[in-house]
Amino acid sequence: MKPAPFVHHAPRTVDEAVSVLGEVGHDGKVLAGGQSLIPVLNMRLASPGHLVDINGVAGLGAVDITPEHVRVGALVRHAGLERHGGAAAALPLLRQAVRNVAHPAIRTRGTTVGSIAHADPAGEMPSVAVLTGATVEVVGPSGPREIPAADFFTGPLETTLAPDELVVAVRFGRLPAGTRTWFTESARRSGDYALAGVALVVTLDGDAVAAARASFVSVTPVPDVLDLTDLLAGRTVGDLPLDAVAEAVRAHVDPESDIHASADYRRMLAAELTRRALAACTTDHTEGAA
Amino acid sequence: MSEPATEQMLDITLRVNGVHRTAAAPARRLLSDFLRHDLGLTGTHVGCEHGVCGACTVLVDGEPARACLMFAVTAQPHDITTVEGIGNDPDALSPVQQAFTQCHALQCGFCTPGFVTTISAYLEDHPDPTPEEAREAISGNLCRCTGYQNIVKAVVRAAEIRRGEAT
Repeated sequence: MKPAPFVHHAPRTVDEAVSVLGEVGHDGKVLAGGQSLIPVLNMRLASPGHLVDINGVAGLGAVDITPEHVRVGALVRHAGLERHGGAAAALPLLRQAVRNVAHPAIRTRGTTVGSIAHADPAGEMPSVAVLTGATVEVVGPSGPREIPAADFFTGPLETTLAPDELVVAVRFGRLPAGTRTWFTESARRSGDYALAGVALVVTLDGDAVAAARASFVSVTPVPDVLDLTDLLAGRTVGDLPLDAVAEAVRAHVDPESDIHASADYRRMLAAELTRRALAACTTDHTEGAA
Repeated sequence: MSEPATEQMLDITLRVNGVHRTAAAPARRLLSDFLRHDLGLTGTHVGCEHGVCGACTVLVDGEPARACLMFAVTAQPHDITTVEGIGNDPDALSPVQQAFTQCHALQCGFCTPGFVTTISAYLEDHPDPTPEEAREAISGNLCRCTGYQNIVKAVVRAAEIRRGEAT
C-alpha cells in the first residue's frame, strides 16, 4: 500500500506545469488534492513515473462570480467551495452538491476541478458541470482553450484532455431567475460513493414549470443531461406527472450491476431520487432558489 | 509505465505541532509515514491507507485531512497538527481526550488518534452539537470495537468540557 517511485515536480506557474507535462507525456499525472489519485497510487493501480504537483502554482485558488458564471480555480478545495457564501448565493446547486462529496476530511484536500478532470461517473461535480452548461478552461502547449462540459467527458475516467494539458478552472453557468435546484444521492454508508444520485434544475413561471433538466451520478457512463421540459412545461407544481418523470429517468439511465447494488435497483433509485428532488424544487424552500 | 531508475530523495521540512522538523525522504513518502517513520511521531495511526478508515487523520492548517492521502513533500507549506499536538501529557488531557476517558469511548484505541483530531477540529466550528450531529461528524472514521455509542457520547461530553460545564 505504498506508491511506486516517481519524480516529483513542483512548478510555480501554469506555463511551467504545462511545460513539464509536455516533457513527461503519458508518464505524468497532475497532482492537486490527490483524494482520488493517491488511493490509486497507494494500491498501485497506476504508477506514473512523474507527478506534476500543482499545489504551489500561483493563481489557481480563486472563486470568481460574474453575472453569467461561477468560476472555480483548479486549487479550490471542495470545502472552500462549500463554505463560499457568494458561490452558494449565485448558484445554490454548488453547495447542495459538494457537501455530498465523501467526508469533510476528504473535502478539505480534494478539489472540485480535480474531480471533474478525474471524470469518475460516481463523482458529484461532473454531473453539476454538465447540468449547468459549464465550460472547462484548459491550458496546453499552444495556449488556452475552452471545452464545453458536454464535450469534455468521453467515458468513465476519460476526457478529451490531452496529456500535456492542464485544467486551470471550470466556469459553472448560472441559472435564470426563478430557477430552483436540488441535489440528492443515496449510499449504503455516509460518505461512500453513491449508488445513485441526481442533480435537478427546475425553472418556474409563477406556479407552473417553464423548464426542467436533470443529470445523474453513478448510473450513467458519462454525466449527461436529461431534459424533462417536454414532460413538465406548463404543469403546475401541484399537478406534476411524477410517474412519467420516473419512467423517463428509468429509460435514460444505464447503470451497471456490481457488489453494491444491481442495475435494476440503481435504476429504481435514480427514479425515486428524481421524484424527491422534484418535490424539493417545487415546494417552498429558500435554499434551492437561484 | 516506467519507474525511475533511482529513487528521488528530498529534504522535507514540515511544521508539526508548532515545531519545524526536517528529514530526508523519498518523494513518494506519504505524510502518514513521514510522521511515523521519519519524525518518530507514532501517535498518528495507519489503517487502510486509502482514505476510508480515518485512523491517520491529522489537522492541516486546522482542518482534518487524511495523512495517507497526502505526500509529505506537498505538506511543507502547511501547519500540521497530530494527536501529540492536541494532548501529549496524561496529566493535561485535551477536552476530547478527557471525554474519551470519561465516556469509555475507546477499547483497543487504534482508531482513537483519528477520532481525537477529527472531533477536536469539528468542535471548533460546532461548539454545541446534538447527538445526531455528533454521529454525522464522526461518520468518516471507523471503529471496530465500540459500536460508536460511547464515541457519540464523548463528542457531546467534550463539547460540555470545552464550554466549561463540569457535570
